[in-house]
Amino acid sequence: MPEVLQLLVAGLATGAVYALAAIGFTLLWQTSQTINFAQGEFVMLPAFIVLLAMNIGLPFPAAILIGVAASLLVLGFLFKQTVVDRISRHGALPLAIATIALGLVIKEGVKDVAGPAALPFPPLGGTSSLAIGAALLPVHSLIAIVVAVAAIAGLQAFLDRTPLGRSIQATAQNPAVARVLGIPVDRMTRYAFLINAALTALASILVTPVYLASFSNGEWLGLCTFVAALAGGLNLRGAIVGGLALGFIDNLAAAFLSATWRGALPLVILIAVALFRPQGLLGRSEEPAA
Amino acid sequence: MNPATLRYAAAGIGALVLIALPLGLPDYSHYVLSLWALTTIAAIGLNLTFGYVGQISLGQAAFVGIGAYVTALLTTRGWPLLAAYVLAFAACFALGSGLGYPALRARRPLLPFITLAFGTFVFLVFRNEDWLTGGIYGINRVPRPSLFGLSTAAPLGFYYFCLFNLVVVTAAVWWLRRSPWGRAFAALRANPLRAEAVGIDTRLYTLIAIALGAALGGVAGVLYAALLQYVDPTPFSLTMSVSLLLMVVMGGSGRSLGPFLGAAAAVVLPEGLRFAQNYYLLGYALAVILLMAFWPAGLMGLFDRLLTMVMKLSAASAKAPP
Repeated sequence: MPEVLQLLVAGLATGAVYALAAIGFTLLWQTSQTINFAQGEFVMLPAFIVLLAMNIGLPFPAAILIGVAASLLVLGFLFKQTVVDRISRHGALPLAIATIALGLVIKEGVKDVAGPAALPFPPLGGTSSLAIGAALLPVHSLIAIVVAVAAIAGLQAFLDRTPLGRSIQATAQNPAVARVLGIPVDRMTRYAFLINAALTALASILVTPVYLASFSNGEWLGLCTFVAALAGGLNLRGAIVGGLALGFIDNLAAAFLSATWRGALPLVILIAVALFRPQGLLGRSEEPAA
Repeated sequence: MNPATLRYAAAGIGALVLIALPLGLPDYSHYVLSLWALTTIAAIGLNLTFGYVGQISLGQAAFVGIGAYVTALLTTRGWPLLAAYVLAFAACFALGSGLGYPALRARRPLLPFITLAFGTFVFLVFRNEDWLTGGIYGINRVPRPSLFGLSTAAPLGFYYFCLFNLVVVTAAVWWLRRSPWGRAFAALRANPLRAEAVGIDTRLYTLIAIALGAALGGVAGVLYAALLQYVDPTPFSLTMSVSLLLMVVMGGSGRSLGPFLGAAAAVVLPEGLRFAQNYYLLGYALAVILLMAFWPAGLMGLFDRLLTMVMKLSAASAKAPP
């Protein structure tokens, strides 16, 4: 029994992080048809900014603030203003290629600056564990679950309850109609990019203690994000369900399968979704193709 | 001279240059040129997938790797290289179709994600399944082939062998583009809706392009194993898949000469810029982002622009009074 509880917590913790990144990925796809192939690197990078800030002597909380602020500026604002706005007029394919290239730029850049070795990253709440019965639950996993769930709930409330949030949702659901209804679609899209940057920064801070900070983290994180978002059906609720489900399955696989077969999971899930439910778990088939 | 004759002449001159180029250069340059030739073959394959039918594949390295491992496994057990070609081509063609078929069923672009997941999985198989692949130690002593009694053990001989492969692949793709299939590809690229309306089974043609693209990746892998005479998992990572895709884009996607240029810029050019080795990939990716912002048609598009400018200038000077 204690193993089950431990697996559950570990699954929820990683799943909630995948969900954060998958929500952001979905928001970008829906509001601006941007398929951000660099999303994994967007989750990898902020942790390194935090480490950099700590290296120059800032305390951990201040370094986190710097990391989030830098993400908002670079991965949100600048990414939208320079890369997306400039290239999307040439079409979706050049933009997709540009984000693929951007992922490589971030990955190689971090490798050149921080080196190829994985660096330890301080976990929120320290390294202690909570004993519940025979189960040992890492405090930082519990904190990760609470923070991620709070962020997701807050975002949902913002998107559902406030006029601004509803305008962003309308833009995500159908940009053309939203424009006709008088919603400033371009501004809403900019907000979506900022939200994505905040989500990936949060995901980065929560997940990096588990994986250590490595320049190549974005590969696996990105793949899991894509799988969660696509299997969920490219909508916000689907991204949450997809992320959590993938977190569970991934942790189960890590416990019971060899590394190779664990690595086969994204492929198996994607092919199964494509064959049996191309619109995704929570997607509706009458949705217009994105 | 009409454009067709001009093109044949240019192709002939290009081939002569490639034959003469390594003469008098040191052995190491023969290795680099061989690597360029096989990289070009992998990029030509990806150009079918990306350039002709607009499907992004992030798994080309996996197909190169499968070709390389098939070659290493077969030839170290005494099989001829021809068997490796057949098996690598067939396996990659089958796997390419197997990935493309589900990807094309959805209306969303799923192929990049499915090929990405495939590449990750195949890399893990190479690295972890020691019983088959030798794990991180890889497979040693892959023999070089000999053709018609001529050994390719020397670097120069092997370069000519790679060049021969490149010529065959280029000719095959050239023929393919002029066949009814190729015309269907062209129609598909120009206007998918109209292609469908005139009765072209767009999904089937897209699938064939994906499968052939993967199979050419396998052919490049056969040459890779024979060139290095050693395979290990490291090179067949996501970075190689992305680099190959960027080469196609850099050269000019959908253009026959694009992969040659893109591969040259990725493989040959950094040899001249040794000091920048660590930053080369970073610079290459940055250059692609800039190309996408200002010049999505790539180097070949740039070349076209220059050509039209020169023609206009010469026409203008011809018209000008003496």
